[in-house]
Amino acid sequence: MMDRHPDPDRAGGVPGAASPETPPLSSLFQQLVLEHYKKPRNRGELPGADVDVRMNNPSCGDTVRLQLRFDSDRIAEARFLGDGCSISQASVSMMTQVLEGKTVAEARGLIERMKAMMRGDADAARDKALGDLRALAGVHRFPVRVRCALLGWNALEEALRQAFG
Amino acid sequence: MAVLTASRRSLDVERVRADFPALAQSVHGRPLVYLDSAATAQRPRAVLDALTEFYVRDNANVHRGLHELSRRATERYEAARARVARFLGASDPAEVVFVRGTTEAVNLVAWSWGAAELRPGDEVVLTVAEHHSNIVPWQLVAQRTGARLRYIDIDDAGRLRLDELDALLAGGRVKLVSLAHVSNLLGTIHPVAEVCERAHRAGARVFVDGAQGAAHLAVDVAALGCDFYAFSGHKLGGPMGIGALWARRELLEAMQPWQGGGEMIDEVLPERSTYAAVPHRFEAGTPNVAGAVGLAAALDYLESLGQEAREAHEDMLVRYGLERLGAVPGLTLYGPREPEGRIAVFAFTLDGIHPHDIATILDAEGIAIRAGHHCAQLLTRRLGVGSTARASCFVYTAPEELDRLVEGLETARRIFGG
Repeated sequence: MMDRHPDPDRAGGVPGAASPETPPLSSLFQQLVLEHYKKPRNRGELPGADVDVRMNNPSCGDTVRLQLRFDSDRIAEARFLGDGCSISQASVSMMTQVLEGKTVAEARGLIERMKAMMRGDADAARDKALGDLRALAGVHRFPVRVRCALLGWNALEEALRQAFG
Repeated sequence: MAVLTASRRSLDVERVRADFPALAQSVHGRPLVYLDSAATAQRPRAVLDALTEFYVRDNANVHRGLHELSRRATERYEAARARVARFLGASDPAEVVFVRGTTEAVNLVAWSWGAAELRPGDEVVLTVAEHHSNIVPWQLVAQRTGARLRYIDIDDAGRLRLDELDALLAGGRVKLVSLAHVSNLLGTIHPVAEVCERAHRAGARVFVDGAQGAAHLAVDVAALGCDFYAFSGHKLGGPMGIGALWARRELLEAMQPWQGGGEMIDEVLPERSTYAAVPHRFEAGTPNVAGAVGLAAALDYLESLGQEAREAHEDMLVRYGLERLGAVPGLTLYGPREPEGRIAVFAFTLDGIHPHDIATILDAEGIAIRAGHHCAQLLTRRLGVGSTARASCFVYTAPEELDRLVEGLETARRIFGG
């Protein structure tokens, strides 16, 4: 079905190509995203968590519960529970992967990189520090889905604020 | 204007569609399939023309000007009120209060009637299938008055549990039953006349939220036997920001104003004022005159299609939708599975694919549906789902559009490897 949605970036201005406001679904539902959605990493409760944050998106009902365990100023472990769309759940699953072992400052830096990628920043989308999350780069072309991708990150921001101010 | 197909006595959908300019567009390169009419319907050209004509020719403030345009605007506003009364089967236009929509009507009754009538320990009965707009205003008034909210459940087929209503009424503390004429998620037509009879026997009043019902069913407040009925113009092809509350005259006359301002007063003194007669007592400020004119045009338009033809069309869509959606692998349909006693709104989930993802995939194919909790969180929780997808129809919906929906769902299943 993807060939019915030619990627405008690669269509080379072919007449009748999809208009710029019609991004292909393949830029949203990347295989890696669907894989994280179907087989989330670090999903479950984290006994002995130092911080436990719930975040929901009232307009759609998506929820994320993020638990972190710290080793001084490093994130020793991150786990999540949640219910929602492929984008929100894959994003938080990928996030927990990149967080492990990061300092609080590094984690805050990742939040900024992720937000930049969601604004369409091409440099952020190439930043290896984001790991699998780069598969979500196409989400910025679906503005109504950006808040899905950021739900877990808003939970992270709140968790760090609660733990470190 | 649309005509009937005599042989089927149903709507000639192609003719109807030609009356709705918004339907003739492509979205993401595909012809638009608009299946979100339960959120808001598209408007026929007759309504758009009525709005323009009002602003071009008759625009003036109402009930206060002594000039020709004000006279015309007032006349059209009051004629719209009479039109709404006729639509609802009410004999007295003074029983019709113009509001912004159903939500404002519930708030009006909650404060003007509820805050005055409810005492600590009194009960307001709602159903788990209510839209948030028929829950939250009652919560606010219950918190103020000490009244208690009670809920009646639905059965597994999505029908109201009238036995639970009886049990609550038997307790003798119920002052009001407030329920939707039609569930916005399940499409179930609630047995409102039956509820009214039982509630009245127990001395309770009945408020009917007609947001969905008025858009799909013939409404006759006398036959229903309710005390209040409210609906929104935009769900039946009228403009946004206009709707109506109907209430029995003796109830309206005993109610205090909800909002103060111009238009609703008789005489203003430093400490207190006297109020205008009903219904103007409940219409503070400059009303949405153009909206009322547009609403009247929408009601005229629906009438021109013919009630029998509309019902035949709805019945066809219900049967076709149940059949087509019921055959999609992994699809769970909520609400009654039988075509009787429901309208053509279909709430569903697909195994392994979140409703938001379904909505995005369908949108890429030019198909508009809604996904989420549909302002009915008590119901989605009762159904054990966080979120559902919902496809909803109106007079312009063609069966081919339900085919496009089913094709889109197949695409979603392919993308997610279902």
